[in-house]
Amino acid sequence: MNDRIALPPAGGAHLVVLRNLWVHKGGSPWTMALFSVFEPILYLLAIGVGIGGLVGEVPGVEVPYAAFVAPALLATAVMNSALEETTQTAYAKFAFDRFYHSLAVTPITVSGLVLGEIAWGMLRGLITGLGFLAVVTALGLVTSPWVLLAVPAGLLIAFTFGAAGFLTAGYVRGWSDFQYMQLVMLPMFLFATTFYPVTVYPEPVAAVVRALPLYHAIELVRGPALGQVGPGLLGNAGYLAAVGLVCFLLARRRWRRLLTA
Amino acid sequence: MAVLNALIEAAGLEKTYPARDRKGTAFRAVAGVDFQVHRGEAFGFLGPNGAGKSSTMRMLAGVSAPTAGTLRILGLDPVADGRRVRARLGVVPQDDSLDTQLTVEENLLVYGLYFGLSRRAVRARAGELLEFARLEDKAGERVEHLSGGMRRRLTIARALINEPEILLLDEPTTGLDPQARHVLWDRLFRLKQDGVTLILTTHYMDEAEQLCDRLVVMDKGLIADEGSPRELIERHVTREVLELRFPPGEHEEVGRKLGDQVEVLPDRLLWYADDGEQALAQATEAGVRPLTALVRRTGLEDVFLRLTGRSLTD
Ligand SMILES: Nc1ncnc2c1ncn2[C@@H]1O[C@H](COP(=O)(O)OP(=O)(O)O)[C@@H](O)[C@H]1O
Ligand SMILES: [Mg+2]
Repeated sequence: MNDRIALPPAGGAHLVVLRNLWVHKGGSPWTMALFSVFEPILYLLAIGVGIGGLVGEVPGVEVPYAAFVAPALLATAVMNSALEETTQTAYAKFAFDRFYHSLAVTPITVSGLVLGEIAWGMLRGLITGLGFLAVVTALGLVTSPWVLLAVPAGLLIAFTFGAAGFLTAGYVRGWSDFQYMQLVMLPMFLFATTFYPVTVYPEPVAAVVRALPLYHAIELVRGPALGQVGPGLLGNAGYLAAVGLVCFLLARRRWRRLLTA
Repeated sequence: MAVLNALIEAAGLEKTYPARDRKGTAFRAVAGVDFQVHRGEAFGFLGPNGAGKSSTMRMLAGVSAPTAGTLRILGLDPVADGRRVRARLGVVPQDDSLDTQLTVEENLLVYGLYFGLSRRAVRARAGELLEFARLEDKAGERVEHLSGGMRRRLTIARALINEPEILLLDEPTTGLDPQARHVLWDRLFRLKQDGVTLILTTHYMDEAEQLCDRLVVMDKGLIADEGSPRELIERHVTREVLELRFPPGEHEEVGRKLGDQVEVLPDRLLWYADDGEQALAQATEAGVRPLTALVRRTGLEDVFLRLTGRSLTD
């Protein structure tokens, strides 16, 4: 018998994260962040600063337009980082590398695997969030020290979308299925109050927008960034946590079926 | 009693896969099998594609839950105690699942960590295993750049990282060239000598004959018979077999003429006899004029044919 073996705790979730770090150790976290913030920074410059020049200040909050858009772009960038790791990358690990199959025959549990992949998405989200924060600070778009709340908020956002992404990956049948994901993600990005407040919508539409997880993610970052910290943020956080938890439980069930049939 | 020593005991073991979609039907891949594997033995599942070998192996690996029957591995229930069972097994799956993003050595290191080994232990063990798999000079190479045989050896080395008591090998040499297969067999012999219990599946007769102390012949989810290669051959076939080939279309007719002792295949007739030359003489006497005639020793292929009426690799 082998007494050197002690089953890894938490189903080995940390080891899944460690493996992902090994794969990425060629590129430092900051090059990772650079790639992840490249796109949102372009949006910030083109729309926030460019169009912002025409818009001036946003009524109700009295801040420059770019400062209004920046928190939403941060939330979106964090979301996209977590999603990238738990959808496309996860699908490739499953279908082509058979990486998850190789874990299934070790003491790593399916819970550990799912938790580990989501945690990895959160780590990626965190790095992206910090990178983006550094850029907006440099651009002078930070108006309140409360903006630091964006760090825990980013972790929560990455958890929610990471869990949702990994659940989705469990149903993907081929690369073309990712087009359907785009069909959901692009409208959500455009209409979840990224570029203007929810008050521009008539009530029935506003209700739909308020049901979008990205809306709550944006609220959670934008409020503190603009110095508006109130109990409403707890509602946003609770909504994201609930969606994330449900997705995590469903993802675990789905992946158990896929890997232990 | 032998049962007490059994590392693995399966009784009435079944695996039924649920329908893939609403239009599909459930499929019973393993239809009730009984077997025992003892410590230090090399035990084989011989059967054609679709026989249910991999399904059985996945149940043995503590990955897939049996639909019915009982299964004890190392005295444990592989469903309730899956993690503890897996911690003590080594698994070489049918499809390569090496971490292509990592180097050869990193594959071993990270895999050892999955088993809860300390970094120190894993480093020492990886060194030994690189040598065992003859991959010392490939340690820093990315897995993508390895040949098929090297990948297979690395997969086996990886499965040994936790010093398993049982090594499960699902078609270890399928797709390899003859030379790579011999290198692999040599490594497996060494493991056997070191006392590792080997369980392997194969659809190669020579592999089964070379490696297995005992094997079961599997077909359509069932075990057709069990024994050592020698026993199975003695039980089911004569010492020799005469192979006769004729122009296309004549097999059936000649088969009828020669009677029950011959097996009619699409491309040839097989006449099982203790003395093949004598059978050939008899055939000639009966006026049979084959294109070619060959007398050879019988093997597991013939056992399989006799048990199932089909050839193993078709
Ligand atoms: N996950 C699965 N779902 C449905 N059917 C399966 C699944 N895995 C295997 N099968 C079917 O079960 C049968 C036995 O497969 P398998 O155990 O892989 O056989 P072998 O390894 O002997 O070739 C095959 O017909 C195969 O199509
Ligand atoms: Mg198979």
